Amino acid sequence: MAREATKGHKAAVTFLAWGVALLIFFPILWTFLTSFKTEGEAINSHPSFLFFDWTLENYETVNQRSDYLAHFWNSVVISVGSTVLGLIIAVPAAWSMAFVPGKRTKDILMWMLSTKMLPAVGVLVPIYLLARDAGLLDTKTGLVIVLTMVNLPIIVWMLYTYFKEIPAEILEAARMDGATLSSEILYVLTPMAVPGIASTLLLNVILAWNESFWTLNLTAASAAPLTAFIASYSSPEGLFYAKLSAASTMAIAPIMILGWFSQKQLVRGLTFGAVK
Amino acid sequence: MTMTLRALAGASLTVALMGTASAQTTITVATVNNGDMIRMQRLTPEFNALHPDIKVNWVTLEENVLRQRVTTDIASKGGQYDVLTIGNYEVPIWAKQGWLMPLENLGADYDQADLLPQVAQGLTVDGKLHAVPFYAESSMLMYRTDLLEKAGLKMPENPDWDFITDAAAKMTDKGAGIYGICLRGKAGWGENMAFLTSMNNSMGGAWFDMEWKPEFTGPEWKKTLDTYLKLMKEYGPPGSSSNGFNENLALFQTGKCGMWIDATVAASFISDPKESQVADKVGFAPSPVRKGGSNHGNWLWSWNLAIPATTSKAEAAKTFVAWATSPAYAKLVAEKDGIANVPPGTRTSLYKNPEYVKVAPFAEMTLTAIEAANTQKPSEKAVPYTGGQFVAIPEFQAIGTAVGQQFSAALAGSATADQALAAAQALTTREMTRAGYPKK
Repeated sequence: MAREATKGHKAAVTFLAWGVALLIFFPILWTFLTSFKTEGEAINSHPSFLFFDWTLENYETVNQRSDYLAHFWNSVVISVGSTVLGLIIAVPAAWSMAFVPGKRTKDILMWMLSTKMLPAVGVLVPIYLLARDAGLLDTKTGLVIVLTMVNLPIIVWMLYTYFKEIPAEILEAARMDGATLSSEILYVLTPMAVPGIASTLLLNVILAWNESFWTLNLTAASAAPLTAFIASYSSPEGLFYAKLSAASTMAIAPIMILGWFSQKQLVRGLTFGAVK
Repeated sequence: MTMTLRALAGASLTVALMGTASAQTTITVATVNNGDMIRMQRLTPEFNALHPDIKVNWVTLEENVLRQRVTTDIASKGGQYDVLTIGNYEVPIWAKQGWLMPLENLGADYDQADLLPQVAQGLTVDGKLHAVPFYAESSMLMYRTDLLEKAGLKMPENPDWDFITDAAAKMTDKGAGIYGICLRGKAGWGENMAFLTSMNNSMGGAWFDMEWKPEFTGPEWKKTLDTYLKLMKEYGPPGSSSNGFNENLALFQTGKCGMWIDATVAASFISDPKESQVADKVGFAPSPVRKGGSNHGNWLWSWNLAIPATTSKAEAAKTFVAWATSPAYAKLVAEKDGIANVPPGTRTSLYKNPEYVKVAPFAEMTLTAIEAANTQKPSEKAVPYTGGQFVAIPEFQAIGTAVGQQFSAALAGSATADQALAAAQALTTREMTRAGYPKK
């Protein structure tokens, strides 16, 4: 009896999980399908799900009109660059806050988080002016710096929570054995925190890849990443849904593949603690 | 090994030096993703053949993103762009701020006098052009000749709103999925408000009186909104409060609309048999007037190329702008893609070309509509502003969109017409007071 109830319960949960997953995934699936339709089919008021004339013409047009690889490369440099730079700053910062907290550590953490509460557009003009004067407008360097700063609070917070779960005694033991500060962080702390660091890294690559406010506003022609590539396919006059879908599919494909491959680490890092 | 490395390094150094030796001027052109602009982008190699020393970089963005992006850059003197694609709403406002370079001496072959006067006028500030038109459009009525005939009606030379209502009722056949009329319902100063402001002008109304007091509580706006809501609710397609230009275009092309009042540029899309299922059954007429009225309230919109005052490559930018809007460019498009694809609405010569008139059945009506648009006096009433489907003040974008949301809500049924008008009056009064109107 109890066993059956569990079975039923399990089935219900599985069903629910699949339902929610499909619901969340549906827009992506629809974008994917639309990218293979003709423009006329894409705006048909009785949309067909699978039975339409599949065509590759949207991908052809998009590839003819824009330089996908250039945008792709910009996206890679910006997202990986800002994440690596962020980690270099955040690992020592999170270490100090987790293991040698001062009187103001909690306040600093809150203050860092509070910068995320400000709408980005509120600081657009000052940042734009700074970037202009530093000659960083429309450069990958400029975007790497800005995105590092934008995502730094999240990186520090994530690492801080992972580090907090590592028993300080282990680090103490390393110190007793004569480890210097750098080797303590590099050889003792980091290996233990690898799942945490990995998921932080992945999440930040995804966040930076998808970031559209700064990447659109601080670039023009040469540093524009895939967000700008997508934005160029929306049109006020004329049909564009199919081509826009093709551009979107091409833009999200790399990050989705990365997500699939690293699913295990991502879920583990996000749900489990650092030390198990 | 070392030898190879050295050779490689030497080679790459040479390549790098060669690169700098033949340095070009690189200009960045910001534009929107409309068919005519994409064609211009595709024809860039032709420009390069004439001007090998100028390299053109393209930045294509969604209209609103482009507006925000370009405004930030110009206001903060970022200098990221050398050529901008902007509307005739922005040109006078930006020119007065000193953001745009006046355009003079565009070359011997430019033939500035050939530009349509109504269009050129909207881009002229202090007697100087501050942008040149790439293409322009007005508004007109597009209808299905077969459905009108079936309804037993004949399109008058100057249809009025009563005729439109009657025709919409007779053409509607909801069972067959045919709706008498499709109009813009999506909220936005350039979406439903472009149409409704024009319609209100044709009803004899205005946005503001001479004291800059909004007129939404007046009889004209009431008549406008009531007529619009009746048309849309009784004879319009379902879900029309989210329909903009593109959605209505799709509906019309698939035979779902009897009539559609919108931008003249739509005419070429709905008469193109490759895109439209009703290409051989479309007719064109002027925008409706009120009974006995003569103001069609035609709007006038042009997409223009301008050069920001912040550019450091003004000469190269001017060369490009002159090329893209010249008679020679029109000729180039005609040769490459056919004369029907020449950007419309900017040059008198195009409409005098018998070849064009032959392939574009909508040419005459388009020209009539543009010529009938009066941006200097959009309303029959005395008003303190210029414009047409918009009021040419910087505050209009925000106010127009907020009012558009009220009217869109009335169409969706979440507010009554009177509530929407009262809300529009209140919010416009508030915003205008805040902006310091009436300005002395």
